[in-house]
Amino acid sequence: MRNRRDFLKTGVGVAATGLFPHVAIGQTASPKVVVIGGGFAGATCARMLKRLDPRIAITLVEQNPVFTACPFSNEVLAGLRDIKDQEFDYKKIVGDGVNLAVMAATGIDHQARTVSLSDGSTLAYDRLVVAPGVDFRWDALPGYTEAAAERMPHAWKAGAQTLLLRQHLEAMEDGGLVVIAAPANPYRCPPGPYERASLIAHYLKAKKPKSKIVILDTKDAFSKQKLFEEGWKALYPGLVEWVPLSQGGKVTSVEPASMTVATDFDKHKPAVANIIPPQKAGKIAELAGVADRTGWCPIDPLTFASTLQPNIHVIGDAAIAGAMPKSAFAANSQAKVCAAAVAKLLAGGTVAENKLVNTCYSLVAPDYGITVAGVYHPVNGQLVDVEGAGGTSPVNAPATTRALEASLANGWFKTITGEVFG
Amino acid sequence: MIGRRAALAAVILLSPLAARAAEAPSGAAACSGCHAAGTSVDTPVPPLAGRHPLELYGALQAFKTGQRQGTIMDRIAKGFTDDELKSIAEWYGAQKE
Repeated sequence: MRNRRDFLKTGVGVAATGLFPHVAIGQTASPKVVVIGGGFAGATCARMLKRLDPRIAITLVEQNPVFTACPFSNEVLAGLRDIKDQEFDYKKIVGDGVNLAVMAATGIDHQARTVSLSDGSTLAYDRLVVAPGVDFRWDALPGYTEAAAERMPHAWKAGAQTLLLRQHLEAMEDGGLVVIAAPANPYRCPPGPYERASLIAHYLKAKKPKSKIVILDTKDAFSKQKLFEEGWKALYPGLVEWVPLSQGGKVTSVEPASMTVATDFDKHKPAVANIIPPQKAGKIAELAGVADRTGWCPIDPLTFASTLQPNIHVIGDAAIAGAMPKSAFAANSQAKVCAAAVAKLLAGGTVAENKLVNTCYSLVAPDYGITVAGVYHPVNGQLVDVEGAGGTSPVNAPATTRALEASLANGWFKTITGEVFG
Repeated sequence: MIGRRAALAAVILLSPLAARAAEAPSGAAACSGCHAAGTSVDTPVPPLAGRHPLELYGALQAFKTGQRQGTIMDRIAKGFTDDELKSIAEWYGAQKE
């Protein structure tokens, strides 16, 4: 097994020719894989597949030359972190011999096994990996359009929206109301809205202590709930209020012009509104015909092959991965299993059953971390929890445990972004 | 008990490592999400590659049985059979640092 340094060394020679040539070689022995989407799932898969079998010609199709990571972007909102620390490019992945097409995929021809790109060219594939992340259902919440997101940012895709919400928080006067609208399951990063409330509370407690955060929720329970509630009570008493579905928490419409967030019982007029809308698999999943009526993509958990279309795999947030949450760790974990499966299938082998893992860190404060972990295995075509494994950090743990998990959270981010992009 | 386990593991682990190809055993691919490939990453989580398989297996068993307190490794190790943990320990032991 060659190590990472060897790969980086040999990758340099490839890089010179690796910047997206339209390889139109006739019949060659090298199989072709196209990966659409350069987030935690797609970028991991492209890179790992090249490492597993350097003979495979891999093209990673991604619209943005720079990836902005969502994990830890709540720290940017709280003024604890620069957005630049969230940004990663694809140079090292190209250096490993992966072709990069900085373009949008515009269509997929299942018969010809080609992907068409925004410049009019096409890419042939033997296997296609679709990793488009999430898109928002702009039709799902009355009043919440793409234009509305300029007044009421979702900040659920990191980047400009993160900075916009940060600006709104900075501009707010002390005593202002912040509303966070959390969607129903499934959605990207289940504990995300609550970590966000925590870190915004951390900022407000120090800078604008008369302010308040109300979380309007379309659910009656949420990820790491006991731990978050314990943390809010200890660190931010009276600052964070959670309104569950059963108490009228569901946001039914918004009106950006008047900054109104309406539920069945109330009309809130927040100074800052963060609306996290309902979601579905990224657009390319629909174009590829791999999304079902739910808007998400059913897969075979052994190989992450689509159950709807041949020769296409779906990984990351877009996939219906059973008990696995939509997290960066899960996406990375799925991508590695998928890469191994694709390499095996291209070589004519059979894929053995694999267990998958998720770990997910959240910060209640910069020095207060909590986690949830899970181990998953395929049962009757679904990924289910391995019984007796997984679970959350303990409640009533000492401050040292919370501080240790916060430090591990920071280490995790450096490690995973290093593995994918570094 | 641990002594017997370790002895048993030693016998199994002494089988030729070369036979174990590049293919990662079930679950092993996930580890690198937290355990960096080298020491260059600033994290309290230790690297796994190149460590003695018995040391890795002992640690995984201790997490699984609760003899060693972890933050999340105790919760993860419980999801794997002893054979799976052995395979993971062997595979990481065979990786170059």
